[in-house]
Amino acid sequence: MQEHTQLSQKQINDELLRDVLTVPKWWLPAVVGLGIVVATGLGAFSYMVYHGVGVTGLNRPVFWGFFIANFVFWIGISHAGIMISAILRLTQAEWRRPVTRAAEVMTVFSLIAALHTPLFHVGRPWRVLYWIFPYDFDRGIWPNIRSPFVWDPSAVGTYLIASSLFVFVCLLPDIAILRDRAKGLFVKRIYAFLCLGFRGTPRQWRLQTIAGILLSALVLPVFVSVHSIVSWDFAVLIGVEGWHSTIFAPYFIIGAIHSGVSAVAMLMALAVWLYKLDNYIKPDHFDAIARLLIVVATTWFFFFFLEWVYALYTLDSPEIALRELQAFEWPYGPLFAIFVILSFVIPVPMWLFKRFRRSAKIMFWTTILVNIGMWLERFLIVIPGLVRRTHMTFDWGTYHPSLVEILIVVETFAFVALGMLLFAKVLPLIPLFDVKEGVVFRHVIKVGRKTVPASIREGLPHHYYDKNH
Amino acid sequence: MAKKSVLGLYTEEDSAADALDNLRDAGFEEGEYELLTGTPYPEGTFGEAEPEHHLFRWPLIGAACGFTGGLIITAGTQMAYPLITGGKPILSIPPMAIIMYEGTMLGAIIFTIIGILFESRLPRLFMGAYSEKITEGHIGVTVTTEEGRTEVAEEALKKAGVEGEIIRGWE
Repeated sequence: MQEHTQLSQKQINDELLRDVLTVPKWWLPAVVGLGIVVATGLGAFSYMVYHGVGVTGLNRPVFWGFFIANFVFWIGISHAGIMISAILRLTQAEWRRPVTRAAEVMTVFSLIAALHTPLFHVGRPWRVLYWIFPYDFDRGIWPNIRSPFVWDPSAVGTYLIASSLFVFVCLLPDIAILRDRAKGLFVKRIYAFLCLGFRGTPRQWRLQTIAGILLSALVLPVFVSVHSIVSWDFAVLIGVEGWHSTIFAPYFIIGAIHSGVSAVAMLMALAVWLYKLDNYIKPDHFDAIARLLIVVATTWFFFFFLEWVYALYTLDSPEIALRELQAFEWPYGPLFAIFVILSFVIPVPMWLFKRFRRSAKIMFWTTILVNIGMWLERFLIVIPGLVRRTHMTFDWGTYHPSLVEILIVVETFAFVALGMLLFAKVLPLIPLFDVKEGVVFRHVIKVGRKTVPASIREGLPHHYYDKNH
Repeated sequence: MAKKSVLGLYTEEDSAADALDNLRDAGFEEGEYELLTGTPYPEGTFGEAEPEHHLFRWPLIGAACGFTGGLIITAGTQMAYPLITGGKPILSIPPMAIIMYEGTMLGAIIFTIIGILFESRLPRLFMGAYSEKITEGHIGVTVTTEEGRTEVAEEALKKAGVEGEIIRGWE
């Protein structure tokens, strides 16, 4: 990463805490607008609880609809947040510095949004207690751990707890800055309580550096397991064509990375646009993430292709019938074409051009397209498979989402956006200490007649230099 | 006897390093003085000692606890109501492995977080001598010692070219 602006620590504090310590004009209307959408979604959910799941479009044989497609989508988005943060930390990529926090926070809100939908889908969410406690206390009958629906909450719960704690630990130094700069006594006390008395001793900084790397190394295997387990919700079923596939786990993971990294790029563009963070998120950052996206998108497309090859190679007639339905029959055929065009055909060739990669506007719109496409991908995995579930004519069916389902799905999008806005109002979306560290560690060295930027690798203990230099 | 802390602020890395040298020369030991900065610096920038920690033990202990918890939940719940299905064994290993894996990772991560806080000496109830200028780029050198020795500490801090007044506080 060559491109940077040399800033003082005070300037970094002023610029990155400006929107935390003051209220931007657009903030309140945005929060109210999103709050109304969230309230409408929750109202629709209350209506569903009162009248029963009959108000959804779910019916035999399609018992999984918008809710489950949306669940898989948000789990996917949540993945790249921590994944991108963890991999960039582990590889000590310089361009990670302004990106990691927003990616990690997006993970937390996306996971909560993801958990919404299956809880709503079951119709009586309070009965989720039976996943933890015996559902028959007298006889002590516990949940059946052989069911993927018990694996799911254990994996997603682990991931949510891990990513929330990860975000909290990495926030400590920045909360300490807020403690020092907040105006009101009450607010100051809250920040003082939250930062746990962080003062910035060499020991605390050393452990912060190790924490980032160690937690990244621990969260990555969880990240891989979560989407594998989500894919097994489908893949372990032997009765549904199109689902029972060994490729599902890696295919779901790479799909999650594709949509998630796109969401991070979209978030970076929004940060530049809404919070005027041009001094921190530069065209070089967009260039770097777009290059990553080209690799991820191409790998995803390869897995997508393989999934189809494996399905068609069997020449199994129900499987071929399902693929015909997915790709050529109304209404799934047009959706399939839109999905492929939006998630690969339009964005990837565009990202091959440097001019487009370095443009926040182009990156914003292309990554939005990717995520529309990837939502459709999940829809096309879940619903057509169930539509053809049985060969008995009376059981053939289709699925039309009801208004209640649409409102709840829209609510999840508004919830994540609202969560991010509220978070950015009380805590910084760009890690100040990480940016400052980049400034301290960045120097200019002379190589022959050329002056070039150079960076010290963080986290190396004394003895490394003693031994090697 | 209550301890008192004093803080000197510096704008240059070299001055802060000189302050640490002066404190060592004045007979203060590691642990009595500390550096406070608003950003991480490469280790040894100020000639300070490398902090020792045992963080890497924490995830291992956590993983062991999480694994045990996962084993108890999965094996225990199946054995609590032993229903033979299709003539198969009561304990179904593959799903057990999934939940035990998640338990192991959860334990490792929770213990790592506890370890990070413990090894960072957090939470800290009293700030001692502290200045808000530290998070704006000043480098603080703080000394926590018996009341009788604070004057010696102040002298050592001033000799390195402290900016402004010495800040005093109680530990």
